[in-house]
Formats: sequence, C-alpha cells, structure tokens
Amino acid sequence: MSLINTGYLEPEELRELQKLPSEERYQKGPVAVIECVQEIPCNPCEAACRFGAIRIGDPITNLPQCSHEKCTGCGVCVSKCPGLAIFVVNKAYSETTATVSFPYEYMPVPEQDMAVTAVNRKGEPVCEAKVVKVLNPAAFDHTPVVTVEIPKEYADDVRSIRRLQEAD
Amino acid sequence: MLERDVVVVGAGPAGLAASIEAAKAGADVLLVDLNMKPGGQLFKQIHKFFGSSAHRSGTRGFEIGKMLLAEAEEAGVEIWLQSTVIGAFPGNLIAIEKGTDGGNKEVITMRAKKLIIATGASENVVRFKGWTTPGVMGAGAAQTMINVNHVKPGKKIVMVGSGNVGLIVSYQLMQAGCDVVALVEAAPKIGGYAVHAAKIRRAGVPIYTQHTVVEAVPGEDGTVCKVVIAKVDDHFQPIPGTEQEIEADTVTIGAGLKPATDMVKLEKCQLTFNGPFGGFIPLHNDRMETSRAGVYVAGDATGVEEANTALEEGRIAGISAVESLGLIGESEAEKKRIEIWGRLEALRMGPFGERRQIEKNNILAEYEEKIGTAVEME
Amino acid sequence: MSDRVDQHCILDVKKTGRTVKITVDDKEIEAYEGEPILSALLASGIKINRYTVKKHEPRGLFCGIGQCSDCSMVVDGKANVRTCITPVKEGMVIKTQDGLK
Repeated sequence: MSLINTGYLEPEELRELQKLPSEERYQKGPVAVIECVQEIPCNPCEAACRFGAIRIGDPITNLPQCSHEKCTGCGVCVSKCPGLAIFVVNKAYSETTATVSFPYEYMPVPEQDMAVTAVNRKGEPVCEAKVVKVLNPAAFDHTPVVTVEIPKEYADDVRSIRRLQEAD
Repeated sequence: MLERDVVVVGAGPAGLAASIEAAKAGADVLLVDLNMKPGGQLFKQIHKFFGSSAHRSGTRGFEIGKMLLAEAEEAGVEIWLQSTVIGAFPGNLIAIEKGTDGGNKEVITMRAKKLIIATGASENVVRFKGWTTPGVMGAGAAQTMINVNHVKPGKKIVMVGSGNVGLIVSYQLMQAGCDVVALVEAAPKIGGYAVHAAKIRRAGVPIYTQHTVVEAVPGEDGTVCKVVIAKVDDHFQPIPGTEQEIEADTVTIGAGLKPATDMVKLEKCQLTFNGPFGGFIPLHNDRMETSRAGVYVAGDATGVEEANTALEEGRIAGISAVESLGLIGESEAEKKRIEIWGRLEALRMGPFGERRQIEKNNILAEYEEKIGTAVEME
Repeated sequence: MSDRVDQHCILDVKKTGRTVKITVDDKEIEAYEGEPILSALLASGIKINRYTVKKHEPRGLFCGIGQCSDCSMVVDGKANVRTCITPVKEGMVIKTQDGLK
C-alpha cells in the first residue's frame, strides 16, 4: 500500500480498499465517497448520517460501509469525520462539469464564486475550479465544507484546493 | 497539618477525570498542576477526536477540556495551579511548592490519604547537529504556541517525525498560518494515521520517509535559518551525498513521548521498562494502584497513549481511591471498573491499538507476579 | 505584533487581555497581561532567551510547558524564570540570561 509510504492513496488503491460508488450511482447525483482505509477506533460518521447509509457496527475499528443507494449526498458526514476523510462527489452537476465537496479548515475560507486552484490527494494542482458553495453552520463545529465545480474528468482526483494566501 | 482525602497530581485528562470521580463520590479532592492553566495538553488539541460516541468522538479536544473543567468545578474539586510536588515522605506526606518563578514561592507540606499521579509525558528529542539552536523545539511546544498562546513559533517549519503528533501538529501549524515545508521520517513508513497524513499531503506538504535531519544551521542572529536533511540507510544512518538544504526557520521534533515518572519515582513505586508504552512506567494493577498502597496512576504517566485512554484510566484511579476510603462500596466500584475496562478495550483495538492492549495485559500480569498486594511506604 | 495568530478557522484568537508594556533588554515591547512572557517575546520576534554558562550558546523555546528550562530569563532581577509558564505583568523588566550573570 503506497498510502503508508507516501500519505496519499492512488484512486486505484482506494478502489481496492473501500467500496466506492458505481459509475451508475455517480450519474444520479451527489454521493459520499469515504476514503477511510485503516481500522482505527472511530465511528462519528455512522451517527452523523440520518439516512442510515453509513454503517460501522461493532467493533468500532470496522471500516465504514456506505450504502450508496441510501446516501443522498447531503454532506453532513463530511464535516463530522474527525479524519476529514469523506467527500461528496456529484458527477451529474452539468454536461461537462462535476462538483467535489471537501472539508476545509484553513483561513481564509474561500467564498462563493471565487476562482481557486483544485488539487489532488498529493496537493498537486489539477485544474482551475469555481467555488459554488461554502457551508459552515454551527452544527459543523468549525469545519466548513467547500464545494467546487471542476471539469468532469477530474472528479476522481480533486480532493481540495490550494490554500489561499493570508491577507497581510 | 493540612489534609485531603485525595490529592491528584497533574490536571490533564487523566487527573481531571480522576478528580471528578473522586469528588463526585464525596471525597475532599485537591488537584495540583505546575502550569498556569488546568487541562494539560487537552487545550492544544483542536482537532475532532476519534473514538466512539461514548468518548464524545467528533468533539474537539479543547471542548472536552472545557467540559471536564466545568464538571470538576461542579463536583467541588479544589485546583492549585503553578504548584509542583517536590517531596514525598512516609505517612502519606507530600510537599508542594506553590507560586511563580521569580515570585514568592511557598512550600506546603500536607497529608494525602490517597495520591493519584497523572503527570503525563514529556517529548523525546532527536539529537542532530544544531539541535539546541533556538528555532528547534518539540512539536508539542509549537502546538502550545499556536493553539494555546496564539503565537507562531516560526514561519517555515520542518517537522521531524510522522507519528500522529507530527502529522497533526503539521496540519495545525498550517491552520495557524505557518508553512510546513517538509516532514521528515527516518522509518520507511508513515507512523501515524493515514487520514492525518492525507490531510497534510492535500495541503502540499512533502513527506520524506527514510530521511533525517542532519543539521539545523544557525544564521547570523543565532537562530535556525536552514535545515539540512539526508536519506538514511537501513540502520537510520545518513547516506553521504544525499543531503539537501531546506530554507526554514523552525524545526519541530515529533519523535514520540516518554512517560513522566519523576513523581512515581519520588513515591518509590516499582517501575518496569516497556518500549511500546514509551519507556519506564509504574507497575499497576487493574485498580490503577501502584506497588505503593494508596498511590494510584493514570494516563500517559502509565504508558503513552491518548486522551481518551487517559480519561478512562483516570476514572478507574479515582473510583479505586474512593473505594479504598470507603466512600463507595466494593461491588459498585467493581461494576464501574468492568465497564471502563470494556471501553478501554474498544479503544485498544485494530492495527494501531492491539499492541497496547497486549502490553497493558502484560503489565497487569507482571504486577500480579511481582507485587500482588501494594505495600505502605517505609 | 506580526507573529501572532490573528485569524483561525477553529479557535477564537481575538485577544481580550489588557495591552501592557514590558522591557526586554532595554527595549520596550507590547504584551498582553497574563500571557506567558515567552509568547510576548515570540510575537515580537525575540527567539533567544538565554546563553549557556560554559559554551555561551544561545537557547530558546524548547518544551513550552515548564519542563526544560531553556527559555529561562532574568525577570525583575530574578534569574532562572521559566518564561513559558510565567505570566506577563505590566512594567516587567526582562533580560536575556547570560550564563550566571
């Protein structure tokens, strides 16, 4: 597993370790993608999902299993995961674009309509992106969830944005 | 002479939990800590905690700290800050030095019917050329600066160590507005949780496994201005010719922790060496009692783990102390202990935790074999 | 005070303490009352707290929690004050500790 040597997962590796949504499911709209692949004692995602789509059970070191059919892509789990390892991907956003939602706990937090640089799991720039939504209600406890619009072909790679510079 | 039912040393998660349990049972509890504020290292943990809902998982560490302080206050725990235990004498006597450096300090001798030691851990050091240069510091020190004192220890940081401390503090340094320019790990693998590594990789931090810091180079002002790293061989020795220079003003060392045992040594508790738990630790039984009757331990001082396990061990120590004072019955205490050990078992599962469960069992077995029953100090 | 953390996604970093003046090696700097002396120094870019006795080497913040003594300075005429766990008071006079001097 390259993960423990490099700190990131290649999409192929992720597919082997976690059940990801099918392409068919992706085409139906937003869905949670859980990138949690080590058996660590942690289960807030299970309680976070009010649709009962995420299951860990007993023992709590089980990997989370997401029922992509039950998942509505609401994104509440994204802010609740202590490991910041859940994303929401919407490959049906438009003809040519997809959206990726991710937790973003840096300052400054991007604003809607801002042009940003989308990065992959290694922090490498992938493409230009537009911020389409920033959610940061009290229930998220200071973990804003940012949604960016990107060309569809990058939907499996983009997982964050380049940090914005602090205004001096 | 001043006397308390229970004196708890160290106001981190273990000490707070122990104090709360003891005070709720009606004990007269004094909690002492050398720092300016209680909470130990909880107030610098700003990430959401792992664990199960029984452990308030998903709640940030400093919020858990606030809840514990409120509970301690409600339970009537008396807290002495800027206070250090400097002596222990037969007859359950301890001497506490109270007051700030440079100010007026007084030494108070008192009787502690029961003593709970929850002194935590201290950071390990990696000794490379220039490791004493200002700008080189513990990862925990940097974390205290950004998250508690709200000052930046530097602008460009090289982190040493890829355990959870190294990974989490790297992330938090960026949250505070610093740049982490490299994370260096001598082992071929990342030590901490992959999700923590993934966060900093997404933020563009390069992780150099099989690398070490060779030198922290001081500039004209005497503080770090650049850092030399190099690849290491299978014996962790730098390979000549692989050096590279990184422009940085700070090196933070996250090379693990070791249990703070000064206080248990002062109490002449019997120690054992345990590598996975970070070094010498006091032998203890499943009531968290040491080889010394009436002296209990909890948290990182019994082996380095994390805040949740410290909390649970603290609860056991508090319950056992008030049980031996006769404030709660044996069956009630035993019932609570069984519940807590069950929760601890859940925290010590999986590839990261099972080793600690095995070691914990070994320590309990070693206690039975070597000590059996705790004895009074002579 | 450029080295303060002035914005944060999670923490409330707005300072509520009173601003006071302290003197460090004959230079006046601003600090917040009650914060550790060391924090005020770092915020003003001061990273050397003392020089060692024998080799006259600089030392600064190392543990940050009162365990290592590397950040010790002379405060109001008293030596070996661990600045990481000693709160700022208005008008404090602080000097870099130079060996045993």
